[in-house]
Amino acid sequence: MSKVWRYGDHIDTDVIIPARYLNIADFKELSEHAMEDIDTSFASNVKPQDIIVAGRNFGCGSSREHAPIVLQQKGVKCIIADSFARIFYRNAINIGLPVLEIGQEVEQIEAGDELTVDLLKGEIKIVNKGITIQTNPLPEFVQKIANAGGLINYIKGEH
Amino acid sequence: MGMTMTQKILAKHSGCDFVSVGELLISQVDLILANDITGPPAIDEFNKIGKPVFDKNKIALVPDHFSPCKDIKSAEMCKHLRDFARQHEIKNYFEVGRMGIEHALLPDAGLIAPGEIIIGADSHTCTYGALNAMATGVGQTDVGAAMASGTTWFKVPKAIKVVLTGKKPRFVQGKDIILTIIGKIGVDGARYQSLEFCGAGIAELTMADRFTICNMAIEAGGKNGIFPVDEKTREFLQERGVTRPWTSVEPDSDAEYDRVLNIELDKLVPVVAYPHLPENTHPAAESNHIIIDQSVIGSCTNGRLEDLAQAAEVLKGQKIHPHVRCIIIPATQEIYKNAMALGYIDIFIDAGAAVSTPTCGPCLGGYMGILAHGERAISTTNRNFRGRMGHVDSEVYLASPYTAAASAVLGHIADPGEVLK
Repeated sequence: MSKVWRYGDHIDTDVIIPARYLNIADFKELSEHAMEDIDTSFASNVKPQDIIVAGRNFGCGSSREHAPIVLQQKGVKCIIADSFARIFYRNAINIGLPVLEIGQEVEQIEAGDELTVDLLKGEIKIVNKGITIQTNPLPEFVQKIANAGGLINYIKGEH
Repeated sequence: MGMTMTQKILAKHSGCDFVSVGELLISQVDLILANDITGPPAIDEFNKIGKPVFDKNKIALVPDHFSPCKDIKSAEMCKHLRDFARQHEIKNYFEVGRMGIEHALLPDAGLIAPGEIIIGADSHTCTYGALNAMATGVGQTDVGAAMASGTTWFKVPKAIKVVLTGKKPRFVQGKDIILTIIGKIGVDGARYQSLEFCGAGIAELTMADRFTICNMAIEAGGKNGIFPVDEKTREFLQERGVTRPWTSVEPDSDAEYDRVLNIELDKLVPVVAYPHLPENTHPAAESNHIIIDQSVIGSCTNGRLEDLAQAAEVLKGQKIHPHVRCIIIPATQEIYKNAMALGYIDIFIDAGAAVSTPTCGPCLGGYMGILAHGERAISTTNRNFRGRMGHVDSEVYLASPYTAAASAVLGHIADPGEVLK
């Protein structure tokens, strides 16, 4: 069962990981600053398998892959949002962090809800509410990258 | 059915006659860019693949974000980039002293031509659409992979047709045009789409205007922004020594657009985007109540010679307000030198502004102008997200060089017409 960290619209890469820390090359050390400009409790309290749920345009702004990387470092299982900014979405797939874009259905999920997510079926269950949300599975090409554990592994497997 | 400019470039680079919206493609790329923040992790990803670079002439590495290095950690990152450039004999590595802000530097260095595909591990890579290229920001894993393969994957985007008509009023420039567009469609209004500019109004725009406009396509969520080629584009390419053959693209008359946005240039006014989103646009003339502590003029959005000329026009014979720090950053060494020859640097220093060597510095809260708790800056940069230029409780207001310079003189946000009568 995964705990939900719930955020709003337009969560930008500058709050996911502020640029003032981007001189830190070690991603584990960097991840201690994840989300700190919007939620100082996140980095110290997030548990492996927790899920971030957000509104529109999650990850807008910079192309810094550090943003999905610090969330992955913190053990975030997946991110569910109404919609994602393009570069963040692409970066998350490329590093093997699952992202589910589910439109306004996201409004059914609240902070503290408990979820189970079947990534292959695209099925999200809000356990405490008895609600099931069916989403589109990832495109086949994207699934291949995700299954390989990211783009680099996918490319290495190809050649 | 016809194709947009973006579709045509993607098709050509993917060995297709036609590509449709939503299609996934593997495309050849003409140039790959990374900087001192994204380059080192891109190199680490590249090294995992265990192949040589696909073409040492088609990779550009620019240490511009925290460089000249602000601390030991950033020095280590720049060294990582430099060592890789030397080891792989990367032709277009730009060292401090020859370096500039990447998106001003690469077009000026003649590295961008119409019809090309450029990917960069920097979201403002979309700037190069001003030269009729398909240019877009990606992450460091994409860049690491592309440095080995010379290819990347794309989803063919839908498009928004932006029709520009009329003439620009006196103090309206590219920044006001793109901020007005973002204000209309929102920061996700062009999400995963291309912004395709057309209309008779384009002839009114300088190349600097077009670079500024395409630069901020990402601030509307866009994948890319793109202009057609005209006489001004051809002049620019010639001046910049682009002699290799290139093929420009124009949209087909029956190209499909998700929506059409009409912008009448005559009706625009200088605008300011309030914190904390670029879509919060208001007329500068209605913002006099906002007192500022700092004014930043520079960045990949507005650090070109024409931007500095506008700042100099405002600041000539004026003094920066006693409560304001004005920081002016020419985007490249060449721009710096030309600004000096034209007397702009004297004007800036006489007015009481600080002038810096090229760097992204304050735009992303790196260094060279960080804000304290509760401080407020007007800035010609591209993002006003929470904490972007410093303390999480500081504020950034985005504007053109005209407006940022006028505000620096008066100590509050002001329409340029309040200083330049």
